[in-house]
Formats: sequence, structure tokens, C-alpha cells
Amino acid sequence: MTEQSPTWSTGETSEGAQELESRSVTGSGELRREVGAVLRLPEGVSVDSNDIDVERRDDETMIINMGPQHPSTHGVLRLMLEVDGEVILRTKPVIGYLHTGMEKTAEELTYVQGATNVTRMDYLCPLSNELVFSLAVEELLGVDLPPRAVWIRMLMAELNRVSSHLMWMATNGMDLGSTSMMIYGFREREMVLSFFEKTTGLRMNHNYIRPGGVAADLPDGWQDDVEVICETVLARTYEYDELLTGQPIFRERTEAVGNLTAEEAVALSLTGPILRSTGVAWDLRKAMPYLAYDEVDFDVLVGKYGDNFDRYSIRLNEIRESIRIIRQVAEKMPDGDYRVADRKVTPPPRARIDESMEALIHHFKVFTEGFRVPEGEAYVAVESPRGELGCYLVSNGTSKPLRMHIRAPSFVNLQSLPLLLRGGLVADAVATTSSVDPVMGEVDR
Amino acid sequence: MTAETRSRGSWKAEMTFPSRSEYSSVIEEYKSHGYEMCVDLCAVDYLGYEGRTLPVDVVPQRFEVVVNLLSLSSKSRARVRVQVPEDDPVLPSIIEIYPGVDAMEREAFDLMGIEFLGHPDLTRILMPEDWEGHPLRKDYGIGRVPIQFKEAPGPR
Repeated sequence: MTEQSPTWSTGETSEGAQELESRSVTGSGELRREVGAVLRLPEGVSVDSNDIDVERRDDETMIINMGPQHPSTHGVLRLMLEVDGEVILRTKPVIGYLHTGMEKTAEELTYVQGATNVTRMDYLCPLSNELVFSLAVEELLGVDLPPRAVWIRMLMAELNRVSSHLMWMATNGMDLGSTSMMIYGFREREMVLSFFEKTTGLRMNHNYIRPGGVAADLPDGWQDDVEVICETVLARTYEYDELLTGQPIFRERTEAVGNLTAEEAVALSLTGPILRSTGVAWDLRKAMPYLAYDEVDFDVLVGKYGDNFDRYSIRLNEIRESIRIIRQVAEKMPDGDYRVADRKVTPPPRARIDESMEALIHHFKVFTEGFRVPEGEAYVAVESPRGELGCYLVSNGTSKPLRMHIRAPSFVNLQSLPLLLRGGLVADAVATTSSVDPVMGEVDR
Repeated sequence: MTAETRSRGSWKAEMTFPSRSEYSSVIEEYKSHGYEMCVDLCAVDYLGYEGRTLPVDVVPQRFEVVVNLLSLSSKSRARVRVQVPEDDPVLPSIIEIYPGVDAMEREAFDLMGIEFLGHPDLTRILMPEDWEGHPLRKDYGIGRVPIQFKEAPGPR
């Protein structure tokens, strides 16, 4: 085994390349040990412990179920844990309790209606879902957006990242026994949601970002609202520092718990904060910029050890980075239209319907039949708060997609649980599950 | 790249259409050429849509398995699209090359009925274990809630 850093583990940040101090670079055979680390058992079968082929001291291993109705599994996640006393050996995440067939539903909805469907997947960051769906449709349509639409999308996506991370801070705090953090996290998130309500009409499931632009322009005085959010949340993040970051109990619970190496993270296709916590500076906003992320200045935060504490501090600091982006966006927000002028894609303004027959027909067509999208297929990916959120869209030339597949980051990231929990304590399982940040609506779709 | 196309992002991916027998070796080759991560694997059912554009030497089949690969080092994407016939929906598993496709292959098996040979735990992942059929197939009914219409109450 050689002590060398893989080429992809160093990345450009504003402070130059952040070199990863690799722990032992493991061989390819050992990298796949997660295949053996996953508990491969049917979900409904009672288990004879003698059938389980794993090294153990005594015949003391047993299978216990955590969830699906467990207060700390973030929705309906069931973990089948094979435990030896307090130590977890193997894990099998059992999912599907929230499966509502949204990908099938998408095939029955027009592209206009599609955004209302995808926004319900990741309910903590609905705007990212709408964004990736809209970008995929626009990619097939070949529509170019007016600059204001692009910057509004960026503003909203970053605000949503702040609210999503705040929500994570809250639930993670609760999982570790810090009820105050839960209250604070929800309190700050509410500010962002109030702004969303003002802008989009709803606190969640906005259907705001649509193919062709956004649903409505920003409300009057939005700069002030946004600045208040930025100021308050930024100040409060330093209070969280006082509350959690420096607190000995919190650090004891999170440091060196649920460790992951960069090689393992890449092998398991993990993305987002969980990948960055291992030292891989991979953020789609920086690496493969979309919208106008190459015109704003921000840093990609990386951890070093890939443990729960790294994932915590990455998310906390990403709130600050997002606020940095939001302030730049608010400053640079261009004037102009907030959706494309192509009447085949976007409905005409309400006032035009009264005076123009043409506008009325377009309005009727867009909302009944929808618009036709040229044949083809596209894969589009954005950086959601949880990682790479992708949309694979296949169009057969009609107004409904032939297939819409969402590459859900939570769904893929959940695969890391058997590896993260292995060798840890049952008590830490709660904290580690939380640090993966699975949103079950997105996992099950 | 003009300012307009940048606003949409650049989603260009290198496209490959291997046959089923070449599939594993093509994936392996990509891995050795710096595509470290298998970002996504999904299956598409093209039943009832014959006219899709494919390279001339590729025979269209009902199913298509789409594998999206990502290179972190060269910041590029690649897409591998394999045709899978309806009467024999079987494909070798690439879990040995990319362990991360575990859940994705299970999902494709569960919802589309593609069998991945060599997968250690090819069971349903989203649907209940005893479910019959594969819901994302085009010939799988979407299901409807029957509505009972009642007669309007007559004059009294």
C-alpha cells in the first residue's frame, strides 16, 4: 500500500488546492468489503443466528429492527441491525415505506404539471427538485432563459439550501440530545419559509421553478427580506458554534464516529456533504457550473476524516457559504423578464388574455395539453443540499415524458449506512443515520 | 460556450452503446480511464415508441439500461446505454466494478424487472416483497380508484 493521494481527492478552492492527507490507501479488494458488510437477509424472515456467516465471539449476535416507526430515523426508515451486545456488525436499510410511484406518476403528467410532482420528493429542498426537472425539460426544449430567471433560481435554491441545512442542524441536534438546537433550527428555518411563502405562495411544495423560468417575480422589497434572513441566520450560526461546536459532549459524540474514507465514498457513489467530508472537493456548483454559479464567489468546504463531526461542520459552514452567495446574488440581480417569452412554453400574462385571442389559445393549450418537447433524452444534475440530484428525462415528442428518472442523492447516500455503522454502537447509529441526512420522501419517491 | 448555453449548464456526456456481451468490459474500461463514480443507473421501457434515434448498428430493444458515469478527475460525464430485449431481460451486474450501483440495480430490478446477474441481493427495494409485476413497465396498469356514481335523488 502506498501513501499517496488520489488525483481526484485534491480540488481547487479559493485558497488553492486543498490537499488530502490520505489515511491508508486501501486495495481494491478491501474497498469492496462493504459488499460483505451489508446484511443480506429477506425482510420478513426470522433468522437463525447460526445461519449468519460472520465472525463473533459468542453466539450473542442478534437481529434487531430500528424503525420504521422510530422517532430518530428521519421518517419511515427501517434499519435491520445485527448486533453483538452494543456493537453493530451488519446493517440492512429497508426502505420503500413511503414509495408512491412518483416516477410512474410523472409519465402521466404533462411537463407543465411535472414540477408539482417532483417538488414533493425531497420535501426539505423542493426547489432543487423543481430546478433539476426544469433544467432537464429546458435542455430538451433548447430554451435559453433570461438572466433574471437564472439569478432568481439561484437565489431561491441557495435560500432553500440554508433552510434545508438548518432543518438538518435541528434534527441532528435532537438526535444527539440537544433539544435547544432543534428549537433554534426550526426557528431560523421558519424565516426562510416565510420568505418562500411570500414569493411562491407556499411554504413547501412550491411549484415555483417551472420549465421556462419561474412562476412569479420576486415580491417588492425582497432585498430587505433577504438581507434580514442573511443577517439573522449568519449571526445565529455563531450561536450554534457556541452551543454545539465547542461543546465537549457534542464533540465526544460526533468525532471519530461513523468514519469513511474518500475511496469508500467514491466507490459507493456518495455525493454531497458526505463525500466532501472525506476530503474530496467535489461540488457540482464549482466543478460543473450550472445557472450562474461561475459568476459568484464561494468556497467548497471539505473535511478531513469523514466522521460525523466533519459532516456537521461542513453543513454548518455551507450555510455561511450559501449566505455569501445569496448576498452576491441580491447585489447582482439583473432586471428583465423572469421567464422566457416563448408563448409555446410559458403561459401569457393574465392581462394579455383579455385582449388577445392568440394569448387565450396559448394559455388554454399550455394548461390543458401542455407543450410538446422534442424527442431525445437528457441527464441533468444539480447540487442539492444532499448531493448530486439528477434527472434523466426521455421524451418521445409528446407533451408527457416517456420516462422521468430522478437520481435521488439520499437514496444513494443511504448505501453508506452499513459501512458507517459497522463496529459502532447502537447509540451512535442514531447520530450517524442523521449525519447521512436521508430524506425519506426522496429515498422512496 | 455562449452566455445563453451556460445558463442552462453544460450537460454533454460521451455516449456509448455497447451490446450486452460488451457491457461489463466497456464499464470496466471507463473505470480504468478515470471514471471513478457510477452516478446513476436506471432502466427505460421503450414499449410503444419505436422511432427513437440510435446509432445505425444498434438494434433497438424494448428495454434500455442507462448508466451515468462521472469522472471527478477530468470533470466529465459518460453515458452507457445498453439494449435489453423483452424476452430475456438479463444483464450482468457491475457491482464488482462500482459497488455503489447496489441500490440502483435493485431499483431497476424492482420497478422494471431487469435481472442483474451476479448481484448479491437482487430483491425488491421499494415495493413490498410479495408484490407482483414491475410497476414502471409501460404495460403495467397505472391503477385507478373506481368511482361509483349514484343516481340523482328523484323528486319526492
